[in-house]
Amino acid sequence: MPETAMAEAPAKAATGGNILQVRNLEAWYGESHILHGINFDVNAGEVVTLLGRNGAGKTTTLKSIMGIIGKRAGSIKFNNQEIIRATSDKIARMGIAFCPEERGIFSSLDVRENLLLPPVVRAGGLPLEQIFDLFPNLKERLGSQGTKLSGGEQQMLAIARILRTGASFLMLDEPTEGLAPVIIQQIGHTIARLKKEGFTILLVEQNFRFASTVADRYYVVEHGKIIDGFSNAELAANMDKLHTYLGV
Amino acid sequence: MQALYAQLLVGLINGSFYALLSLGLAVIFGMLNIINFAHGALYMMGAFCAYFLLNLGGINYWWALVLAPIIVGIFGMILERTMLQWLAGLDHLYGLLLTFGIALIVQGVFQNYFGSSGLPYAIPDQLRGGMNLGFMFLPVYRGWVVVFSLVVCLATWFLIEKTRLGAYLRAATENPTLVRAFGINVPRMITLTYGLGVGLAALAGVLSAPINQVRPLMGADLIIVVFAVVVIGGMGSIMGSIITGFALGVIEGLTKYFYPEASNTVVFVLMVLVLLVKPTGLTGRAA
Repeated sequence: MPETAMAEAPAKAATGGNILQVRNLEAWYGESHILHGINFDVNAGEVVTLLGRNGAGKTTTLKSIMGIIGKRAGSIKFNNQEIIRATSDKIARMGIAFCPEERGIFSSLDVRENLLLPPVVRAGGLPLEQIFDLFPNLKERLGSQGTKLSGGEQQMLAIARILRTGASFLMLDEPTEGLAPVIIQQIGHTIARLKKEGFTILLVEQNFRFASTVADRYYVVEHGKIIDGFSNAELAANMDKLHTYLGV
Repeated sequence: MQALYAQLLVGLINGSFYALLSLGLAVIFGMLNIINFAHGALYMMGAFCAYFLLNLGGINYWWALVLAPIIVGIFGMILERTMLQWLAGLDHLYGLLLTFGIALIVQGVFQNYFGSSGLPYAIPDQLRGGMNLGFMFLPVYRGWVVVFSLVVCLATWFLIEKTRLGAYLRAATENPTLVRAFGINVPRMITLTYGLGVGLAALAGVLSAPINQVRPLMGADLIIVVFAVVVIGGMGSIMGSIITGFALGVIEGLTKYFYPEASNTVVFVLMVLVLLVKPTGLTGRAA
């Protein structure tokens, strides 16, 4: 796959000021070198989507930003503050929240405990009433064991619990994976509403049809590098390329 | 019948120590995934701490109940920070060997300075004497040990199962990486949890001092039975440890009455039976 100028010069965004700046990000799992110099920006209030095939390095990029990957190099700046060496708890307290691919619902906790687990790290989080307004199912299942919820409800819980923390930058890893179309639609509405509320969202998705309903910009990840990037307005013109990149 | 009730009481007292110690072990195993073989030595340190506080500082039993768990708990936290934390993610065997080595060193040091015989620790004045219950004579101190242990065990259960802090602990047991990514300082929480588990062992040591005297090997004698209790209750299960601790103490006491020859082995026979029927323990869940 030919590398474009993207890797050196990330696509410009049209929304607010720069909130996340990733430069030459490299990451390793043990001896395996997974990210080979990722470069991209996210601006305040945007929804940016990382697209790519399985194993391209999308999830590792999110985990590296969150400080979950032990061995990292390069630069990650959040609100102009370097976080490449910060531990994940400190990164979370700066206002970054992460919703993992496997959802991470705790089986030993009920829905209420799962929902209230992440501490409030700063003011501005959604109050519980507003969260229940977004996800009415959760209100009815507060006493249930977290892992007894349906897949869709678990995904809602996983998103809901990071909304009350006050984090303004949300990273959602494949939130639609394995969900029914009606639930995917509901999650799409939720992301659109969160964007309206002022959240900045970095999304990892394989389902670009879903992503196209919410994203402002896209980056394509392959072999641990950003190989292309375009805005939502340019999506139609890049469809053929995208099909090739994603192998769909 | 008097003898039966007396053995039941002895069983309940032993059960109190089993419950407090196995509870600490369960908390540590659940959170750190470490089989803490140093637990018996730390229990002994709790008793010695009470002894030193009284004989060197003139600090009485009631203050020792508060201070000894804190002092030994801090010692435990130093152990965790300097040694145990490096074992995270390694096979259980490494933790077991390290803590076994720590137990041998701690016991060896105390044995070197204090010998093997017991040092006396007096029952506090307020808890001397006994009560005639009609069917048996109950020494007040022994009744206190049973009731106080039960209260501490239930308070620990409440802390872990019903509070926000407990939710953090339970969640971190399942997925520490994600809990840390929520902004919780998991390494610090692990250190404090180890301190809590060690503090419970030290508290049991203080309670035990007036009954069993203060001896360097008092923990080594007990720890094998306590491990059997933890295995029967289910590794890492809080309520399982409490119930099994008290129940096995009573069963041991009853065996002493009905068939004394088997009293030292009944716990291990039960352990084998439970492992055969339910390898995860009575209240443990499969991994």
